[in-house]
Amino acid sequence: MKQLAVVSGKGGTGKTSVVASLAALARGRAVNADCDVDAPDLHLILRPQIRERREFFGIKRAVIDPERCTGCLSCQDHCRFGAISDLEIDPLACEGCGVCRLVCPAQAVEMVDRHSGFAYISETRYGPLVHAELLPGEEASGKLVAMVREMARDLASSLGLDLVLIDGSPGIGCPVIASLSGVDLALVVTEPTISAEHDLERILGVTDHFGIRSCVCINKYDLNPQAARHIEELCLARGGEIAAKLPFDPAVVEAMVKGVPVVELDRPISDSLRELWRGLEEQLSESS
Amino acid sequence: MILSIASGKGGTGKTLVATSLAVSLPNAQLLDCDVEEPNAFLFFPNRALLERTDCQVPVPVIDVDRCVHCGKCSDACAFNALAALAKEVLVFPELCHGCGGCVLACPEKAVKDGRRPVGQVFRARSGGHDLVWGELRLGEARTTPLIRAVRERASGDTVIVDCPPGTSCSLVEAVRGTDFCLLVTEPTPFGLYDLDLALKVLEKMEIPRGVLVNKSGIGDRKVYEYLQRRKIPLLMEIPMSREIAELYSRGRILAEAIPGWRERFAAVAEAIREMIP
Repeated sequence: MKQLAVVSGKGGTGKTSVVASLAALARGRAVNADCDVDAPDLHLILRPQIRERREFFGIKRAVIDPERCTGCLSCQDHCRFGAISDLEIDPLACEGCGVCRLVCPAQAVEMVDRHSGFAYISETRYGPLVHAELLPGEEASGKLVAMVREMARDLASSLGLDLVLIDGSPGIGCPVIASLSGVDLALVVTEPTISAEHDLERILGVTDHFGIRSCVCINKYDLNPQAARHIEELCLARGGEIAAKLPFDPAVVEAMVKGVPVVELDRPISDSLRELWRGLEEQLSESS
Repeated sequence: MILSIASGKGGTGKTLVATSLAVSLPNAQLLDCDVEEPNAFLFFPNRALLERTDCQVPVPVIDVDRCVHCGKCSDACAFNALAALAKEVLVFPELCHGCGGCVLACPEKAVKDGRRPVGQVFRARSGGHDLVWGELRLGEARTTPLIRAVRERASGDTVIVDCPPGTSCSLVEAVRGTDFCLLVTEPTPFGLYDLDLALKVLEKMEIPRGVLVNKSGIGDRKVYEYLQRRKIPLLMEIPMSREIAELYSRGRILAEAIPGWRERFAAVAEAIREMIP
């Protein structure tokens, strides 16, 4: 089984639109996994029918029993996250470390399971989709990404499918690292802006750091052809590959509004997306 | 006034708005809390660097002479950052939240608080504006200590906080305690879905909020219907324009590059100031 993750560094470069089209092109061959758990959008295009829902428990949360509490403030003094004030716990600041329970002389603090989201197994026109929902402001998005990926791998092996296609989140931190760990190939979607170029270098630094093979897709390259060339040179200098250059095409937003993968609209961008998919298939078959 | 700029979805124009607001307001300070991918400083090429500091977080250090391998440190760790084996204790720094539980749990005082860098904080001056940003080390997972370090440098009457995308702990840390949050969205299904998620976080945190629609003219009308239905103030619109997109791609600030926008951004900031309770 091969795993392909689509990431970007900078947000809004077109990851999800690219993934939806790759899902359509891979129809029936892949399990799709939306690992952008705190702003998931892939379901808006793939329009899943949910078959199974699992609860996600992230980190635990401290609860103070007012009956037992003697008001000694030891918990408050030892909390390094500023999560306790006036003996009230701020659930958005609590990291679930349990230090308050450890130091409480009256055993008044309990660590309770915290329901932090859901993970779903769904069916779509383009094959199975595993996706998730992190409740607003919750922590442990990396842990939920790991859960989604495990469910996707299990599903792929039970269905005999040989690819897991992962839609990642922007950035380079915890959920991105969880989306990238152990994948066979990372496709980085970028755009010709100084912000995206800066972010591209950082995300490529992360894939290198973890020894993950990567290639780059320049989206909307014709918005600033000079900047696009600059990105190409940068990739070549790093020994990387340009997997595709996609034109700016209003069809991308049109497809989003219609709720279909843009490749199906048969516009200028569709041929480039098909070419991208062929290249990725080749790269995945080479990796062992 | 501390004004945060957030979005839910990435790439809707947070940095475009934050940089334009900063240059439209006299002496405004700009804090870039997207420490994973900080971009705001790129729009201020003429800047004088004033500070570059490592952001250090606590991490356990085991005194092997004192350790009796009782395993209490790893039992106390909620993050699996310590593994007590028969003859040694392994520490996994990238999993550690620095809570100090292991230090407290060790009966032999064999666990001490060490420090390790997770990124750097930068402060620079450009054209009367103070810029602060954080840069997370490549391979680091936890952003919150560095976001806190950037926020700690807030100073002056007007502070603009450019937030990370998403709706989880990084966003919470960046918007915490700000007087108002301006959410930047685009009128597309993705923009609307993620705007709704981000608004839920702000409602939970009881932060006053309003919306700016960027790239107006693309997509559909659903964002506008949503804002009306939910009675959320629409404070500004920026039209989809190739000219604005190209300026942004080259690192130009909208309020400086096209006449009229400076006044519009200043007016939005004034309107927000009046909305703060």
